[in-house]
Amino acid sequence: MTFTIPIDNGDAVKNAEADSQRTLYPYVTGTSIVAIKYKDGVLMASDMGGSYGSTLRYKNIERVKAIGKHSLLGASGEISDFQEILRYLDELILNDNMWDDGNSLGPKEVHNYLTRVMYNRRNKFNPLWNTLVLGGIKNGESYLGMVSMIGVSFEDNHIATGFGNHLARPILRDEWHADLSFEDGVKLLEKCMRVLLYRDRSAINKLQIAKITEEGVTVSQPYSLKTFWEFQAFHNPTAGAEGSW
Amino acid sequence: MFRNQYDTDVTTWSPTGRLFQVEYAMEAVKQGSAAIGLRSRTHVVLACVNKAQSELSSHQRKIFKVDDHIGVAIAGLTADGRVLSRYMRSESINHSFTYESPLPVGRLVVHLADKAQVCTQRSWKRPYGVGLLVGGLDESGAHLYYNCPSGNYFEYQAFAIGSRSQAAKTYLERRFESFADSSKEDLIKDAILAVRETLQGETLKSSLCTVAVLGVGEPFSFLDQETIQKVIDTFEKVPEEEEAEGGEGEAEEAAAPPAAEQGDQDVAPMEM
Repeated sequence: MTFTIPIDNGDAVKNAEADSQRTLYPYVTGTSIVAIKYKDGVLMASDMGGSYGSTLRYKNIERVKAIGKHSLLGASGEISDFQEILRYLDELILNDNMWDDGNSLGPKEVHNYLTRVMYNRRNKFNPLWNTLVLGGIKNGESYLGMVSMIGVSFEDNHIATGFGNHLARPILRDEWHADLSFEDGVKLLEKCMRVLLYRDRSAINKLQIAKITEEGVTVSQPYSLKTFWEFQAFHNPTAGAEGSW
Repeated sequence: MFRNQYDTDVTTWSPTGRLFQVEYAMEAVKQGSAAIGLRSRTHVVLACVNKAQSELSSHQRKIFKVDDHIGVAIAGLTADGRVLSRYMRSESINHSFTYESPLPVGRLVVHLADKAQVCTQRSWKRPYGVGLLVGGLDESGAHLYYNCPSGNYFEYQAFAIGSRSQAAKTYLERRFESFADSSKEDLIKDAILAVRETLQGETLKSSLCTVAVLGVGEPFSFLDQETIQKVIDTFEKVPEEEEAEGGEGEAEEAAAPPAAEQGDQDVAPMEM
């Protein structure tokens, strides 16, 4: 998973220096983000884990942050790149606020700005190793979209990154509908997060759910989901196929 | 204003705290043919007088579309105006590309004013000799701004610039209080009436003026000659003898009307 451009001038030292300036592979990573639009805005769930390869090293990382008055940003992938993006957005929102003219950047604008940033970095072979989820609500219109590390970007009613693409999206496709109440939205997200907890090895049982409405952003206190490990299928998992896991 | 020893450089102050070169640049605006702007809460109308240098030539374009939601009318050195319009289009489209959202007009005029200010503080530059009436939308509705060669900008309910604009301003001062809640049609009518004031006796014909409108949910567009003529007919008692053969008053140059003109004898040669 290297992103090196072959530079054949025979100078190993120079190449190493040039490479150390670019992202080659991620080190500390966050796993899935799952987000849905609901009646009053957007709900976004993530766990608080930061993995260092296969080690679940950090257990108190907030991977969903408020951006300005109107948006929420969730990230999976390299945590340091996420922090860098937060710095870019901080400056963006600051300059927007300094105008002090009644106009403000909404979630659509932030999403497009991020798409430009991610795509331009990709073009320089120096990506920000994240999949970003941008949700928000402005003037009654809710917005939810994502941008990948190569600049692929789109909007939808429900979004999931990483393992969530495979495990959460089928659930969301079946069970999401417009105008979910807050309680139903949380239940749906918890259902997705529970599946991820069982099946994604980088997931930890400590999650936060963030909510954004016209009134503003609320991020829940971290909590854990109840799990049940006595399913028949868990008792003898290789019953159907000896030798597999 | 008379020549004095402090007016050679834009970077020389006079003892009374004036920058004469900047003031002279503002004179150039007054020499250009009139441009008028008015706004309601939801719409902005820009209108200008078409002045052709001679019967043989076409008139200059003085109203430019900057974006679907921003338009500008200029008076003064048209060449300077064209360059600034190009700058505005560039800023607007860069913003749209990055944010997929229209640039709020209030922010565009600040960029424009800052650009004009630079030229008042460099010895190797000269101020832009053009006044711009910028009409556009942002989150709080429709706005009209006037950008000055000095680098100042002001917001207006209605304004007129260029030669004999005082007559139009007097008319607008009488009527402006009703503009905020005017319908689009009434706003257009008031704009054309204001243009008529600047002609001072000359018969108002649709070929003599260009009108453009933009509003919330309505992108910038020019009114065609027919529509303008219809509005004129509602208040001109004398029926027009001949229709201009120019056809549409769209962005392309219209044929110069072979009408008898008093003409503005002291139009600055640089306006062409």
